[in-house]
Amino acid sequence: MLNLYTRRRIINAAGLSISVLAMLLGLFWLCWILITLLDHGLPALAPVVFEQVTPPPGSPGGLLNAIAGSLMMTLVGTLIGTPIGILAGTYLAEFGQRGWLAPVTRFINDVLLSAPSIVIGLFVYEVYVVKVKHFSGWAGAFALSILVIPIVIRTTENMLRLVPSTLREAAAALGAPQWKVITLVTLRAARAGIITGVLLAVARISGETAPLLFTALNNQFWSKNMDQPMANLPVVIFQFAMSPYEDWQRLAWAGALLITFSVLALNIMARVIFRQSATTH
Amino acid sequence: MIAEKIVTPKLVVRNLNFYYGKDRALKDINLTIPEKMVTAFIGPSGCGKSTLLRAFNRMYQLYPKQKATGEILLDGENILDKKQDLNSLRAKIGMVFQKPTPFPMSIYDNIAFGVKLYQALNRHDMDERVEWALKKAALWAEVKDKLKQSGTGLSGGQQQRLCIARAIAVKPQVLLLDEPTSALDPISTAHIEKLIDELKEDFTIVIVTHNMQQAARVSDYTAYMYLGDLIEFGDTSTVFTNPKRKETEDYITGRFG
Repeated sequence: MLNLYTRRRIINAAGLSISVLAMLLGLFWLCWILITLLDHGLPALAPVVFEQVTPPPGSPGGLLNAIAGSLMMTLVGTLIGTPIGILAGTYLAEFGQRGWLAPVTRFINDVLLSAPSIVIGLFVYEVYVVKVKHFSGWAGAFALSILVIPIVIRTTENMLRLVPSTLREAAAALGAPQWKVITLVTLRAARAGIITGVLLAVARISGETAPLLFTALNNQFWSKNMDQPMANLPVVIFQFAMSPYEDWQRLAWAGALLITFSVLALNIMARVIFRQSATTH
Repeated sequence: MIAEKIVTPKLVVRNLNFYYGKDRALKDINLTIPEKMVTAFIGPSGCGKSTLLRAFNRMYQLYPKQKATGEILLDGENILDKKQDLNSLRAKIGMVFQKPTPFPMSIYDNIAFGVKLYQALNRHDMDERVEWALKKAALWAEVKDKLKQSGTGLSGGQQQRLCIARAIAVKPQVLLLDEPTSALDPISTAHIEKLIDELKEDFTIVIVTHNMQQAARVSDYTAYMYLGDLIEFGDTSTVFTNPKRKETEDYITGRFG
């Protein structure tokens, strides 16, 4: 019979080792992915990638049209989804105490949050692409905005709920009407968290492939017309990586590297913003 | 000292009952709060003293399940009347909370926030009002060089004085203080108590406190409450030295509570 203290120390050491091992196992795959990406992507990442459009196999070319298309559709998708998400999240957090509308909305939003993105793509295909009879950048942006909305609703609601109710009471006690309490005090108090949520939503949609396959499809040429099929990084990567041509495969690696590091940068930015606000509050 | 002052009633409470859902938290409260004096509510936790305080500015209306019946007269007008406009009521009756609640904006904007709701002052007048309020709250000397900095960066005691300044900047008639010093250290507490003494020149003050010594130090009148009943109400020296009711005596001598 070991004494109690020694037993505790052994159990503690065992628990700690298992956790560290699990963490290393997780990190191992992540590092492997990043190293493979850098290994294949870095050599392919020449200036030409940003200067020329996607080439036919065998000719020199870059990803300019895909990068521009991705940026435009992500931007429009975010611009459509963010206001809707913030307003709906505000409703749920600030007005959602009474009635049945808020709980129902919250439930549907949770469903939407975990809906496979291919379903969103099919939905936009059916209600928009089929009606206008062609793929387009707008359709891609709409599909992406539907992915943004539930994420922003969820983070906005959560962040507003973290604002202490005493702050609302203090503003109401001065005689501020509810819309001023919300716009001038609670939304402002939750600002950093909400921006973080938007950045994470942008990170999420910038790598989405499935919803774009059915909506924006692809475009071999330079186009900034959102009413035409539009090139974008995820679909180009999908198409080029599956092709037998080595120069296409190299471009796919460059694109994958670009997306991964933009998402990484967005995540880091989100963390920095959130941390800064945590220290000042 | 009390005898020298002429006592005019500011707030009159008549048959006030308060409900959290079905729970009756206040039972037939009748009470008169005199103008430009400090009235303290004391009693053990859950006795209803904060509930009573929050009825004066109808703070409870933020929460759908809370309701009050009876009358509270402010200068003779029933503020529990449905026709009473909440925002104008809260312009007349300000409140400071247990925990400091600075808004996430600059010190200057914290003070200007409430003023802007009722008055469109020009830049110069607003500057003057902010300075006046901060001086009244004995905070001006400490913050006059950093008015543009965030109010959340101040110490706890400073934040609480900022909240008092914010409440008086609106120039209310009544100031409700809900345990204003319970989150503060003794030095900040002394600051605030001194402030309360000065503020009663201009405002009617109602303070809820857990601290009986504090009630004895700052108030002119004291109400002792227990389980939703008002047990005893009178001038502070009488309540503390010669209480009429045995329950009050037990509580203030520390035999109970």
